[in-house]
Amino acid sequence: MSDSACSLELDRITCRFSSRDAPGTPYIALAEASLTVRTGEFVAVVGPTGCGKSTLLNVAAGLLAPSSGTVRVHGEALIGINRRSGYMFQADALMPWRSALDNVTAGLEFRGMPREEARLRGHGWLQRVGLGGFATRYPHQLSGGMRKRVALAQMLVLDPEILLMDEPFSALDIQTRQLMENELLALWSANRKSVIFITHDLEEAISLADRVVVLSAGPATHPIGEFVIDLPRPRDVAEVRLTPRFVELHTQIWHAMKGEVMKAYAAQYAPVDAR
Amino acid sequence: MKIRAAQLLLLFAFVLAWGLLTDPRVPGFYFDNPDKAAFFFGEPLKVLARLADWFVGGDIYPHLGVTLLETLLAFVLGTAGGIAMGLWLGLARTAAAILDPYIKGLNAMPRVILAPIFMVWFGLGMASKVALGITLVFFIVFFNVYQGVREVSPVVLANARMLGAGQRQLLRHVYMPSALSWVFASLHNSVGLAFVGAVVGEYLGSAEGVGYLIHQAEGVFDINTVIAGILLLTGFALVLDAAVGWIESRLMVWQPHTGESSQL
Repeated sequence: MSDSACSLELDRITCRFSSRDAPGTPYIALAEASLTVRTGEFVAVVGPTGCGKSTLLNVAAGLLAPSSGTVRVHGEALIGINRRSGYMFQADALMPWRSALDNVTAGLEFRGMPREEARLRGHGWLQRVGLGGFATRYPHQLSGGMRKRVALAQMLVLDPEILLMDEPFSALDIQTRQLMENELLALWSANRKSVIFITHDLEEAISLADRVVVLSAGPATHPIGEFVIDLPRPRDVAEVRLTPRFVELHTQIWHAMKGEVMKAYAAQYAPVDAR
Repeated sequence: MKIRAAQLLLLFAFVLAWGLLTDPRVPGFYFDNPDKAAFFFGEPLKVLARLADWFVGGDIYPHLGVTLLETLLAFVLGTAGGIAMGLWLGLARTAAAILDPYIKGLNAMPRVILAPIFMVWFGLGMASKVALGITLVFFIVFFNVYQGVREVSPVVLANARMLGAGQRQLLRHVYMPSALSWVFASLHNSVGLAFVGAVVGEYLGSAEGVGYLIHQAEGVFDINTVIAGILLLTGFALVLDAAVGWIESRLMVWQPHTGESSQL
């Protein structure tokens, strides 16, 4: 399976955690989960809440070592942090003691780029995400949407080959969110990176992705279905939702997801016998 | 401005009452002898005269200099030690687990009692006072840095790692700035304690310093000089605290101030 067009490959990943409630029986977050992302492909991963989506992404990023299974980046087994990937977190991950510009240039600085050049590139990216005038602001002086833009610039300034995004826009209001989604698509189509975009929002997944992967409810999460999204690009995330093909795909995928969502729901409200 | 006026009025009223109640010309209503009130509580005008005398005559400067130098040395060395130790134990989980009961014990100990031991070890000069101040300052700073390192946001940490930060860069760019906000919260306390260390040390045994002056004055029941010394120390403690506040406001610009809106 070491296809050269395959930029990221998760091969039968299993993640076990020792659970605090029952020390003898480990909690299995992921069970034999496999996922491949081709170069330049935008893959959205959807699944019910608490199904281990973030765990899957942390494994892909190298932040978490799987209990078994391999991660391959361009055919090479991953050891330690995935240096070819950028990660955008669900929660605020900016360093509050650095200004917007210094946050964007942090990665370049860590890689030893001269300060002047780093600042030049950082400014360029701040402008591209529409924050040219906010370079000296600190994160607490920016709105939630602006902080997400800074985080996006922080990731993209390093020009990673693979973008890992963990529900990056879930905390934003719906208008800001659609704006950000459109901007993400515009930036992505400029030089197609490989993307794994985690979300629990099926509409967001369909409107952004080339392919949607549906995960089962936890524990022992694994992919249960894959759907190719053949909607034409460029897309406007608000408008594409009104097309018949979108509705069709949505119905199809939702049908596959529904059982898992109900399972996750039942597990949440009967936590004693679950797990 | 009204608050400020009220504050000044309160001070004036207090000093006036103090002055009237201790003036030997005013008949005492509690003490049978009108001089007794002045003997026990001092007289504001004489306290003021003593202070003026000290500064104009210049007798106070060497003593003040010694006390301030002791305070600053204890503050700087104790803070540096606390930061270094806090960073180390905050990051080294095993070492922290092993040392935990000893640190708790040392912190719970009434450390002022170490002053006589330090005098035996380091003599009656400045070193014993600085040592006492360090033991007081160290633990406050240490616990705050330790806490600060422990409470670094895991998301910010993971993000910095994804951006390519190595261990040293994480220390320099994530752990230290995060701990710094906790350090400053503790510095206001510790600058006061550095002062306590210096003055208590001088009080217990020395030949110079403001604590020594107070001790001398107490020996001859010169209550006015004692109060003048206390006022002097209070004033300088406030100055040192303001200096810490000033540095904090310079270094911590990234922190939201209470009342400042986080939105644009």
